[in-house]
Amino acid sequence: MLQQIVYAAPFLLTGLLTTLAVSVITVVLSLIIGVVLGVALVYGPAPLRWVVRGFSDIIRGIPILVLLFFVYYGLPLTGLNLQPLAAAVLGLTVFKVAQVVENVRGAIGSIPTGQMDAAKSIGLPFPERLVFVIAPQAMRRFLPPWLNGVTDAVKGSALISLLGVGDLMFAIQKVVGRTYEPLALYCFGAALYFLINYSLSLGSRALERRFSYISV
Amino acid sequence: MGYHLNFTLIWRHFDKLLSGLILSLELAILSVAIGCVIGLVLAVIYVSGGRALRAAIAAYVEVIRNVPLILLVYLVFYGLPTVVDLSYSATTSFVLTLSAYAGAYLVEVFRSGLEAVPRGLIDAGMSIGLTPWRRLVHVRLPAMLRIALPALSNTFVSLFKDTSVASVIAVPELTYGAQWINFNTFRIMEVYLVVTGMYLVTGYAILIGLRALERRYAIGG
Repeated sequence: MLQQIVYAAPFLLTGLLTTLAVSVITVVLSLIIGVVLGVALVYGPAPLRWVVRGFSDIIRGIPILVLLFFVYYGLPLTGLNLQPLAAAVLGLTVFKVAQVVENVRGAIGSIPTGQMDAAKSIGLPFPERLVFVIAPQAMRRFLPPWLNGVTDAVKGSALISLLGVGDLMFAIQKVVGRTYEPLALYCFGAALYFLINYSLSLGSRALERRFSYISV
Repeated sequence: MGYHLNFTLIWRHFDKLLSGLILSLELAILSVAIGCVIGLVLAVIYVSGGRALRAAIAAYVEVIRNVPLILLVYLVFYGLPTVVDLSYSATTSFVLTLSAYAGAYLVEVFRSGLEAVPRGLIDAGMSIGLTPWRRLVHVRLPAMLRIALPALSNTFVSLFKDTSVASVIAVPELTYGAQWINFNTFRIMEVYLVVTGMYLVTGYAILIGLRALERRYAIGG
């Protein structure tokens, strides 16, 4: 049993690196886009708010698997023919953006309106109110749930094996197909995913404790 | 866009999607019901049990929550039968997996609910001479359920979406129905538009219904 895992180790390692790479790209892209859309959702003009709200509600309402299939199998018909890896990153990013938007909305919403009013009264323009008054406070509310949500990106990335991306899940399936040792390999794979995600959860909890002294 | 949407073939095979949606709902309801039992029992043990029991329950929760559902589905369907002498259908296997998955999330929901029951209620139960068991059944659990209801409905809708993963072991639920139509008609865009709509409408209908229930049973409402 152990022998099979050792034999498959280099192959699994490649898969693990793909999983990590896809997760990191997804998380970074979704963070940038999500924060912009999240700010638009809170402070944007009404039509823009409706668009972001609609986007977020629709994306969070459909299973991530359906979203991935839609991007990979459906979009080529509109002329956007993506390779499995690109489709996977696009699908996961869209899914994650919707979550980040909600994280941002929650974080900004938890700051008392008096803060914005005070910043207005001392004559700060909007960009500076956002960057110097709202953002530093909202950051503490945003980081713990966001980091916890990163585990969703890593877990969701296991589904991209179904698009043929050679991630950890895909590598495990391949090795199972060759060695006929499903239990050992699935347990080993579960342990790897657990290690990644549990460290993220621990990080999230540590941040939460770190910021808990601020009670607004 | 040079593509013309044509939904005719989708409507012709709509029975596949409809029966898939019903199966998805059944899977979610069954799993949340079993998950509630697991969650309730473990949550009560967690808040009243010793250190070893707590550690065991925490381990179960953390392992399930930090491993992708698809891996758990494969593990139970392909992995477990190689060591234990069990044979089950894909559907049974998925219900087992999703129940264990739901249980891990619901332990947390019920545990935080139990901890949020106002101290005064428990004291009041004590003062009228209820035994610890009766306090649990008649005071703490009913109050906890009302506190935990919003989180419970979120978990249910989330599980309903997670049933799509059952398609990887060929359980004929909604996503599997969509794939079947794809392979047979190649109307990919259309089928995913329809299926997306079905997931959205069903998911939000459930949520709106449960929100009404929450308002009805909200504490102090």
